[in-house]
Amino acid sequence: MSETPWYNKGLFSSLNLRQKTLLTIGLTGLVLLVIFICGTLINANLPTDFSIKMQPPTFDHIFGTDWMGRDMFIRTIKGLSLSIMIGIGASIISSIIATILAFVASVNKFCDSVVSWLIDLFASIPHILLLMMISIALGKGAFGVIMAVAFSHWVNLTRVLRAEVLQINTSEYVALSKKFGKSKLWIAKEHILPLILSQIFVGTLLVFPHAIMHESSITFLGFGLSPHEPAIGIILSESMTYLAMGAWWLAFFPGLALLIVVLLFDIIGDNLKRLFDPSQANK
Amino acid sequence: MNLKANNITFSYSKKRQILKDVSLSINNNEIIGLIGDSGSGKSTLCKILSGYITNYTGEVTMDNKAIPDKDFYPVQLIYQHPEKTMNPKWKMEKVLNESWTPTQELKDTFGLKDTWLTRWPNELSGGELQRFSILRALNPKTKFIIADEISTMLDAVTQVQIWEALIKHCKANNIGILAVSHDEELLEVICDDILHFDEINNL
Repeated sequence: MSETPWYNKGLFSSLNLRQKTLLTIGLTGLVLLVIFICGTLINANLPTDFSIKMQPPTFDHIFGTDWMGRDMFIRTIKGLSLSIMIGIGASIISSIIATILAFVASVNKFCDSVVSWLIDLFASIPHILLLMMISIALGKGAFGVIMAVAFSHWVNLTRVLRAEVLQINTSEYVALSKKFGKSKLWIAKEHILPLILSQIFVGTLLVFPHAIMHESSITFLGFGLSPHEPAIGIILSESMTYLAMGAWWLAFFPGLALLIVVLLFDIIGDNLKRLFDPSQANK
Repeated sequence: MNLKANNITFSYSKKRQILKDVSLSINNNEIIGLIGDSGSGKSTLCKILSGYITNYTGEVTMDNKAIPDKDFYPVQLIYQHPEKTMNPKWKMEKVLNESWTPTQELKDTFGLKDTWLTRWPNELSGGELQRFSILRALNPKTKFIIADEISTMLDAVTQVQIWEALIKHCKANNIGILAVSHDEELLEVICDDILHFDEINNL
């Protein structure tokens, strides 16, 4: 039993579990930040150069080039930063919706049943269908996609927060606060909000991967961003035409990059959850 | 001033009645003790008197008037477990000031140290927390205090200390106390009169 496990050897052996978790969050966050900042700084209006069109990956163009001779690496980074931006917008808006609805549910029994009914309603509609409808109704584009993703992803967080608020509302310190003559609004702001803040934060981060995936998928289907923007979904749907000609790199690298970004967000979310809620860490 | 409960009847479920035609009266210059078996309904009566349970039959009046529910409730309940009555994400200073801001002199008589104010509730012991919850209930608007086994988890020295400070303050400010306990010896020392719960409950 004296043998140390693999994660306690080598470079990080002096760190404890908490420090490792923080390190993971920090590193993952840094990678995502670098991708995002690079993407926003890059000018994606690349010149077309037909002399280098359809080249497989080389050291000059590590992700290859497309049918107009544009570098796929730059387009992928730009697409990822676009995805991250839409993810930020959508997840923040959906958390705001979830928080407001959770508090509305705590007002009285009638409000609670209305919110529960809304949750059931939205949970019963298939995601992709709802996404497409909202996106089209709001005129596609970045705004349409952000709203569509936000309005289809508040359901899970609302459920969690509603239960949490219900539980806090039956606690003795809230009952006592009412006897001290405090208003419901004051109790919501001072007592309940600080207690559910960590849940909101983790919930926001865990919506992120969904938001990015759904943005790409509805863009791929043609209901999302407009075709001149180098979003990952656009890149993937364009590559479909050339896949049969053997241009595998057009779909492989952007797809892989998207998967990695989604995974990174998931890692941050899980690790943050472990920090905020240590009792669930071993489950 | 006088807190009166008239013919209180209450049951949690239809099968078993807990309180039947309970009547009692407390003046604001006296300390009444209430003694009874576990599970007999003492705490339920306390919650009714302090307005936590409202779906009972009968009436609770102060000076023959119904007690206003909107603002600060003049009948304050002090719980047996102080740690449950404090928001775990609040510093003790905020916990104390939620009700009112006591004078330094009052803090000293209850033995509250200033260093405790910057800590979280789970960093203090039960006795330390109970001092906070008693001091919180002593708002100037409080007319009556219902003390539901407030000293059960304290050692003898601390019990004496806390009860002495509480009684001194209440006598000076005309606050009536209903002290609930299993400890008959304690009640005999501090109370002007002792009620036996079985005798006032007409079950």
